[in-house]
Amino acid sequence: MASIAKTAQAGTLESSDVMITVAPGTQGSGIVIELESIVLAQYGEDIKIILEKTVKDQGITDIYIKAVDRGALDCTICARTLAALSRAGAVLKEEII
Amino acid sequence: MDLRRSMLFIPGNNPGMLQNGGVFGADSVILDLEDAVAPMEKDAARFLVAQVLRTVDYGVSETVVRINPLDTFAAVDIKAIVPCCPDAILVPKVESAADIHQVAAMIAAAEKPEQTPVKIIALLETPCGIVEAYHIAKADPRVVALALGAEDYTAGLGAMRTKEGTEIFTARTIVINAAAAANVQSIDTPYTDANDEEGLLADTQLAKRLGFKGKLSINPRQIDVIHTVFNPSLNDIDWAQQVIHAIRKAEAEGSGVASLNGKMVDLPIVNRAERILHLAELLGLMGGEK
Amino acid sequence: MKNAIGREIPETISGIAAIKPFAGAFATVPEMTRQAPKVKTIKPADRKLVDNLVEVFKKIPVTDGMTLSFHHHFRNGDGVVNMVLATAAQLGLKNLTVALSSVFPVHAPIIEHVKNGVVTGLDTNYMSGPVAQAVSKGLFDKPVVLRTHGGRGRGIECGQLKIDVAFIAAPAADEYGNLNGVEGPAACGSLGYAFPDAQYADYVVAVTDYIGEYPLSPISIPQTRVDYVVKVECVGDPKGIVSGTTRITKDPVGLKIAETAAKVIQATGLIKNGFAFQTGAGGASLATAAFVRKMMEKDNVVGSFALGGITGYMVDMLESGLFKKLMDVQGFDLEAIRSLSTNPNHLEIGADFYASPFNAGCAVNQLDVVILGATEMDTDFNVNVVTGSDGVIMGGSGGHADAAAGAKVTIIVANLLRGRLPIIVDKVLTATTPGETIDVLVTERGVAVNPLRADLKEKFLAAGLPVKDIQELKQLAEKIAGAPKAVKTGEKIVAVVEYRDGTIIDVVRQVEG
Repeated sequence: MASIAKTAQAGTLESSDVMITVAPGTQGSGIVIELESIVLAQYGEDIKIILEKTVKDQGITDIYIKAVDRGALDCTICARTLAALSRAGAVLKEEII
Repeated sequence: MDLRRSMLFIPGNNPGMLQNGGVFGADSVILDLEDAVAPMEKDAARFLVAQVLRTVDYGVSETVVRINPLDTFAAVDIKAIVPCCPDAILVPKVESAADIHQVAAMIAAAEKPEQTPVKIIALLETPCGIVEAYHIAKADPRVVALALGAEDYTAGLGAMRTKEGTEIFTARTIVINAAAAANVQSIDTPYTDANDEEGLLADTQLAKRLGFKGKLSINPRQIDVIHTVFNPSLNDIDWAQQVIHAIRKAEAEGSGVASLNGKMVDLPIVNRAERILHLAELLGLMGGEK
Repeated sequence: MKNAIGREIPETISGIAAIKPFAGAFATVPEMTRQAPKVKTIKPADRKLVDNLVEVFKKIPVTDGMTLSFHHHFRNGDGVVNMVLATAAQLGLKNLTVALSSVFPVHAPIIEHVKNGVVTGLDTNYMSGPVAQAVSKGLFDKPVVLRTHGGRGRGIECGQLKIDVAFIAAPAADEYGNLNGVEGPAACGSLGYAFPDAQYADYVVAVTDYIGEYPLSPISIPQTRVDYVVKVECVGDPKGIVSGTTRITKDPVGLKIAETAAKVIQATGLIKNGFAFQTGAGGASLATAAFVRKMMEKDNVVGSFALGGITGYMVDMLESGLFKKLMDVQGFDLEAIRSLSTNPNHLEIGADFYASPFNAGCAVNQLDVVILGATEMDTDFNVNVVTGSDGVIMGGSGGHADAAAGAKVTIIVANLLRGRLPIIVDKVLTATTPGETIDVLVTERGVAVNPLRADLKEKFLAAGLPVKDIQELKQLAEKIAGAPKAVKTGEKIVAVVEYRDGTIIDVVRQVEG
C-alpha cells in the first residue's frame, strides 16, 4: 500500500513530545510534511528527515503529515509517527511493531 | 550478582520522563506499559518504549519493562518489546508457575537468535500469587526476582493498606522466604507517599531487616534513601572483612574451624560476609578506606 | 574589532556613544568623578504634593529628548510606566529615552509610543514579553542598551546614564516625599533598584496611591531627594507585584540538579560559620537553597548573610537562625515584605550597594557562593541569559554578571537538555556573563569545572562528584539530541549588551519576522 486508509493522530503537546497527525495522500502526491517546532531553527531539517524516513521505511509514498513538536527526540518522533500510522490502518513491518 | 537495590517506575507514555529516567542512578528502571498508561494509549506507549529501548542510554541502570497482564496485552507487548533487548520483563499479577511458563515461551519465541536472554521478574500482587510464590520463583530459569505489589494485594485481602504495613507482613515474609529458597532476589513493594522521607526510611529499613534485597520506587526522589538503607554500612564491611580474615587464617593454619570473637564462623556466615564485600566492591565502597 | 572573549563588536554603532570593548572582568578601571545632579532648595512653606502627572510634567518641565527613569519593583503589576508615558504622549512629547530597570509584558504600550516617536530609546537590565519581541524584530532605530543591575547603578552614578526625571513608583509616601515599599496596597518590599535614580536624577517624582502621615517610617528613599509627590488612583496590580508564596520545584530532574549543586557547595568547604550565599527565586536555584539548608542544620552552621532577590524561603532561614542577616535589593513575596518591615536584621540595600563595580566595594564582593541559571553556555563557560533558542530577547543579565564576578564560587545550575536543546554550545548566541567569572556548571548528567579552577576540580573529585569535561558533557547532550544548527540572525544591531563596567561584551542582532 502506498498510502494510508484514514486520518489518525498520536502524541501530545507536552514538553519533549510531538503530536503527529497523518492523513491519506492522493496517488502521486508524495510525502507532504507540515512542521511546527519550538526548535525549528536548530532541528527543523533533522525532524523532517526522520519523519520522511519513518514513513518511507513502511513503504508509504503518498501521505500528509502534520507534526507539532515540543522538543521531542528522534526516538519519540519515530514512535509517535508509527503509532499514528498504525491507528490510520497502515500494516507495519513486523520488526518495528 | 545483579544489583537491584532500587527499581524505579517510569511512565511508558511520557517521553520527557523516559528521556531522563537514567539520571537518577536507580539500579533498575522499569518502563511501565501497565498502570501508568491510559487504556487508549497502550499502543502509543508500546511504540514509544520500543524506540526508547533502542536509542536511550540508561547508563548503569538495568532496563526492565512492565508489560500488561496476561489476560490483556501481554502477548503483543512481549512481541514488540523483547526484540528491543530489555534486560528483563516485569510481569504483573503473576498467580502461578503456569503464568511464568506461558510468558517464558512467548519471550523465547520473540527473542532474536543472538540476543542475551531476557530475564523475568514476577510481580506478586494477589493472594493467589503469594500462595504460589515458591513455585513461581522456581518455574523457569529466566526468573531472577520476586517483587511484591502491596496495593492490589491488600485490596485482594479486603484489608486497609496502612503506612505501618501490618497487613502485608505475612506476604512480605512469604515472598522473601520463597525467593531465598529458590535462590532468586526479593524486591519490596513501593512506599507510596513520595513526600514522607522519614516514612520511606523506616519502611525501607524494615524491608532490609526482613531480608528484601531491594525496593520498588515510584518517585526518583526516593532513590537516594533506598540506596542508603541497602548499602552495606562501614560496620558491615568491617565485620565481613574480619570474617574472611578469620577463614583465611584458619585455612593457613590447616584448621578446619575458624572463629571470630569466640564464635564459630560457619558457611552461612561466610556467604553473608562475601555478599556484603561483593556489594561494597560493586558500589565502590571499598576503595580508599583508611 | 574582537573583544577579550572573541565577540565581534563594531567600532561604531549608530546611536551609541564611544564603544569600549570588554577587556576582562576586572580590566577596565574608572577614570571619572561621580555625576552631580542639580542642587535644590525649597522654602519652608513650599509643598511637594501635585494633583496629577500633567501638572508635574509642566512644573519640571519635561521636554523633548529627556531621559525618564523607572524601577521594576512592581514587575508585571506595574501601572506607573504606562501612566507616565501616556501623559508624555498626551502632551505631545517626542524622542524620550525610557530607563526602566526591567521591562515586563505589562509594558507592551511602549511599542505604540515608539511607533509614534514619543519614545526613541530604551535602557534596561532585563526584558520579557511583547516589548522584548518587538525590540528583537527591530522596533527601535537605535540599539537598546542592556545593562546589569550593578552596571545600571554604576552608569547612573558615573554619569553615563544621565537621568533627567526619575518617576519612582512608591507603595507608600508622605506629602513631603519620604518613601517606602512596605506599606500600601501595592507593597513590594525593598525599593533598592530606585536608590541610584533618587540620588542622581535631576528631578525625582514619587508616584503613589497611598499617602501616610508625616514623617513616614521606615524611610527607604528620603524627602531630601524627592521633588514632587503625585497621588494617583492606583499604581499597580498587587497580583502582578508579589506572589503569595514561593514554592520549591517538584520536578525530579530539577531536584536532582539542585541536590548535586548543594553537594558541590559542600565540597568547596565554604559551608561553615560566616557562609554568605545568593540564590535565585526560580526552580532549581531555590531548591538548591533547601538542600544547602539541610547541610547547614546538620553541621550547626550559622551563615553571615543571604543576598539578592529575597523570598520567603530566605526569610525562614533568617528567622531560624541559619543566616544572621538578609541583604535585600528586591523582594519576591509577602513574607519578604513582612520581614523587611519588622526584622532589623533584614537590610534594604540599593542596586549600587548590591552590585556596582565602581564604588568603594559592593555586596556581591562579599559572597562565598552564588547559584545562577543560564539559557546557553559555551565551552569557554561564557553564559547567555539574554536571547532564547529562537534568537529573540527573553531576559537579560539583571544581577547575573555582577554576582558571578563578585562571588568566590559561581555555580550555574541548568538542565543539560531542555526538551531537546543542549545547554552547552560551541559559541553562545549572545554573551552576557564572561566565562572567567563562572566556576562550575551543574547539570543532571554531570558537573563541569572551569579549567581556571583546578583547585575546585580536585575537591569535587575527592568528594566523589560526577565531574566531567565540558566538551564531554556537550558531546553527551548531542549524542542524545543531535547537534543543533546555529540560529540565523539578521545584520541590524537591536541591542548592545553592556558588561557591568560599561564595556561592550556583545551585541544582539535582529531576528526575521
